Amino acid sequence: MTTNATAPAPVRGPDRDDGSRSAIRRPRATPARRTSVFLSTHPRMRLALLLSAPLFWLGLVYVVALAALLVTAFWSVDSFTGQIRTEWTIDNIVTVLTGSLYQTVTLRTIGVALLVTIIDVALALPIAFYMAKVASPRARRLLVIAVLMPLWASYLVKAYAWRSVLSQDGILEWLVSPFGLSTPGYGLPATIITLSYLWLPYVILPIYAGLERVPDSLLEASADLGGKTWPTVRHVVLPLAAPAIIAGTIFSFSLSLGDYITVNIVGGANQMLGNLVYTNVGAANNLPLAAAIALIPIAIIFGYLALVRRTGALDNL
Amino acid sequence: MTDQQPAIRLTGLTKEFGAVTAVDHVDLEIGAGEFFSMLGPSGSGKTTVLRLIAGFEQPTDGTIELFGDDVTRRAPFDRDVNTVFQDYALFPHMNVLDNVAYGLRVRGIGKAERNERARRALASVRLEQMADRKPAQLSGGQRQRVALARATVVQPKVLLLDEPLGALDLKLREQMQVELKQIQRDLGITFIFVTHDQEEALTLSDRVAVFNNGRIEQLGTPAELYERPASRFVADFVGTSNLFDDRVSQALLGRGGVHSVRPEKMTVGAGETGAGIRNAPGTVAETIYLGSGIRLVVDLDAGVRVSVLEQNDRNRTHDEDRGDRVVVSWHDDDVIALGGADAAAPAPAA
Repeated sequence: MTTNATAPAPVRGPDRDDGSRSAIRRPRATPARRTSVFLSTHPRMRLALLLSAPLFWLGLVYVVALAALLVTAFWSVDSFTGQIRTEWTIDNIVTVLTGSLYQTVTLRTIGVALLVTIIDVALALPIAFYMAKVASPRARRLLVIAVLMPLWASYLVKAYAWRSVLSQDGILEWLVSPFGLSTPGYGLPATIITLSYLWLPYVILPIYAGLERVPDSLLEASADLGGKTWPTVRHVVLPLAAPAIIAGTIFSFSLSLGDYITVNIVGGANQMLGNLVYTNVGAANNLPLAAAIALIPIAIIFGYLALVRRTGALDNL
Repeated sequence: MTDQQPAIRLTGLTKEFGAVTAVDHVDLEIGAGEFFSMLGPSGSGKTTVLRLIAGFEQPTDGTIELFGDDVTRRAPFDRDVNTVFQDYALFPHMNVLDNVAYGLRVRGIGKAERNERARRALASVRLEQMADRKPAQLSGGQRQRVALARATVVQPKVLLLDEPLGALDLKLREQMQVELKQIQRDLGITFIFVTHDQEEALTLSDRVAVFNNGRIEQLGTPAELYERPASRFVADFVGTSNLFDDRVSQALLGRGGVHSVRPEKMTVGAGETGAGIRNAPGTVAETIYLGSGIRLVVDLDAGVRVSVLEQNDRNRTHDEDRGDRVVVSWHDDDVIALGGADAAAPAPAA
């Protein structure tokens, strides 16, 4: 190997070859290297390559599907042939807004979703606070696993497990009958209990993450300045955890709003909005009406999101 | 100390975290109105003592008295002490005024009165025009002063400061030191100041306790600590010391034991004569220009490296270079005896 002209002259003669070999030289311009150079000097191109595939998918699956839903709601079904008529009409919207069945089911669904959300927040707050501020690091890790564990099991398995727990000869009846109580059986209370159970991890985790970000010194500062437990919770913990709590409620509220399987399994004869959609898509074969019904929870969620947006909760999702 | 009750009296105070003894039987009395510093390296137990006094930790053993009142088992909100936290711990969701008024609010004081008092406290730290800002909109020095106003507005008997200047840059730090001293004089209350910065402790304090391994290594005025360190650890931690171990002491001083000489007590030259003057030849290893002075690192022939601080005044006529042969001189009166060979003490830092 000859001495590289651009390399600094090695000091010692015998090491000459070694010296030039170990010196850092410009790498050869391979195609991969040329691409890297091009990308690192063209940030917009980099961004385009990074995001075009997911954005295409997102556009197709989310936006187009939602738009199709919206459009379908303004069509109708020929009652004689059962074919969809693609003429514009607001009949479905009027039906959904004025029909007493739809009003009742909408209110029932909102009620269930609100109760589930309230129960979940009430359960999640102390658990999340314990995890974030009291438990030892080891206990904290175990609790995070314990909270996540139910998510490893299938939704259906959990719903049917509650069906068995709540049944007339189930474990709940056996537990509470000595106290003169009995299982609520299948119905709305059972639906609320089961949904609360299903969505609890989704409420605990954001609240836990939010509380973990609150420095311990803030709680100490409150106590130091004379704040007892309740004033500290009211003036320091809750305001700082509020965005995280709201983030949690978005999960429990929206998931409850769209659910129709749990109410089928443990809800007895009760229907929620999802059931009406399901019935109209299937048995009634009225896709436009189903689409119009499906717009109700979407509108409610949009309203809820608009309400909480100003709290900064969406930054915590 | 006067015959009044001390502001703080710690008796046999001990705190164990599992197998670790963070605070080991500390006895301490801090007088009313005193500016008292707890100085030590990290992990020496000084912050734990502060947290025990504040009530954030419960002692394993021992008692804490506040003006003769045993507060050992009381919650933080039942103690007349307040803390300025290292990270300031300002409530991020409240504006500056609400932060300062918080202590009054949880005591049930009406909005008009607490805002009035909070405004006065903010004025005392010259931040009244920042009342509506959020803490995130303030600079480090401003946050520091808000934390000070928040802790003093509730008129504590003792103010605890946990490395309050640690996060500030040097200029601001020196400015805040002056301000802290001023505020302490104005309020006339006891300040207990935790720091690992020996210069800060010496500058600010009436008295300093040097902590090491959960114990008080030495307690005294800044001058006492600096001029008469009681142990090798203190000599090394407070200021810079040239430590002579047993063997070097034998060679240079003609007697055994550990000794120390401060760099500014030494001179470099051709050697001096006079009663009590000691001369030791050596080679200059490094010269460091400090502006107001010059630090010379000299390898003495006796086998020890010493640091000499020369004033950059008009008497200074010669410049030493690396490798020059010189004679280092000092007076016997400036030699601090640190007892026998202290094997337990850590090696001196360079």
